[in-house]
Amino acid sequence: MEWFLANSGTVFGLAGQHFVLAVVPMVLGLLISVPLAQLARGHRALRTAVTTASSLLYTIPSLALFIILPPVLGTRILDPVNVVVALTIYAVALLVRAAMDAFDSVDEELRLAATAMGFTASARFLRIDIPLSLPVLFAGLRVVSVSNISLVSVAALLGVGNLGVLFTDGLQRTFITEVVVGILGILVLALLMDALLVLLERVLTPWTRAAAKPAAGAAMSETRIHEGAG
Amino acid sequence: MNIFADTFAWLASPANWGGSGGIAVRLLEHLQYSALILVIAAAIAMPLGLYIGHTGRGRVAAVAVAGALRALPTLGLLVLFALLAGSGLMPPVWALVILTVPPLLAGSYAGVSSVDPAVVDGARAMGMTEFQILFRVELPNGLPVLAGGIRTAVLQVIATVSVVAYLPLGGLGRYLFDGLVLQDFPRMLGGSLLIAALAIAVDLILAAGQRMILSPGLSTDSRGGRRPAEDLAAAAPAGRDLQGGTP
Repeated sequence: MEWFLANSGTVFGLAGQHFVLAVVPMVLGLLISVPLAQLARGHRALRTAVTTASSLLYTIPSLALFIILPPVLGTRILDPVNVVVALTIYAVALLVRAAMDAFDSVDEELRLAATAMGFTASARFLRIDIPLSLPVLFAGLRVVSVSNISLVSVAALLGVGNLGVLFTDGLQRTFITEVVVGILGILVLALLMDALLVLLERVLTPWTRAAAKPAAGAAMSETRIHEGAG
Repeated sequence: MNIFADTFAWLASPANWGGSGGIAVRLLEHLQYSALILVIAAAIAMPLGLYIGHTGRGRVAAVAVAGALRALPTLGLLVLFALLAGSGLMPPVWALVILTVPPLLAGSYAGVSSVDPAVVDGARAMGMTEFQILFRVELPNGLPVLAGGIRTAVLQVIATVSVVAYLPLGGLGRYLFDGLVLQDFPRMLGGSLLIAALAIAVDLILAAGQRMILSPGLSTDSRGGRRPAEDLAAAAPAGRDLQGGTP
């Protein structure tokens, strides 16, 4: 505790770097996956290709990817860009699936109704598909957020600044307090991000609370368990 | 571009494959660590998961615990265990066991509870004992989901075992850390490619094995609808497994 108070400046600085390294890939991943998923839904071959590619990409261990990327991108090994690109790849691999599931979860009859009311294809996508798929999409985002925050710390092994530095430094100095502060810091960061996403989802999807509460809740947990299992 | 040429030369050189620190030895170490971790984790998680799935008891607690474990940073836990319990093989193994239990637990309870309740009731009505129901009805029918959890766990272990070389132990991760210290980039890149190739190869073998032991009844189903097959493919990404675990 004393160590934490004395070094809180450093810890918060590292937490800030950690946060940026985790959030930027998540946002980039979202911006790439949503259009990709929509595109893939229309084309059967593309859908298979995207599904296969995303599971293959996810099998590459993060530490290996952090090292494979620099020569491919022409960056230095210490460059945080490697971490951002690597985590964006993982985020896309997870989110493109979540987004396809999310769009599948939208009732087809609503789409037909929107078309009948004269919505153009893009208006239908932006005003029907996107809002209604948010609950499933957010479930995917929450998974990405937790896994990104945990993966960022691995980059500390290569010397990229984030809370993981407390682990490498703690091991060198055999200083347990520092390691514990690092673990707690990452847990707190993960919880905060999760709470933020839950809050954002609530703000963006007011109708899920207005509609029959228990039914909606049951349906959600059902899909999550199913996806989790699958 | 010569980095790739150098890496290829490093990988192709027989001198790097043999000997006590050679690729063959490191690969074997990597697989041994992974197997040890998986066996211990499975011994803990599977009976628990099958019990929770069969009885439906303790599900909420299991989901919460599994979700919380998933947020733990691998590296932090490894370092903490190494500092608390000293050097040697077992502290990092236990740390990784803790991280491997959640996907196995989730896979086994979700697998058992994914079986149609009508089928389970049917089996019970035919006079099967609870153990027969579990092993002859729920397990074969829940296999697609269970196998998804196992594949996630295996991938995760093979990936994270690379990190134990930091402590320092053996395994393919050795090349990454030695390469980093020596500024020997081809060695790091070669090691990374070996780890990635190992992960992909093991996953493909598991996928093939899964197809072989899957009950014919379930596989005809999947040929008709395609849907279960897609679910299986969806199982591969580590991390997805516990979607049910984040409340």
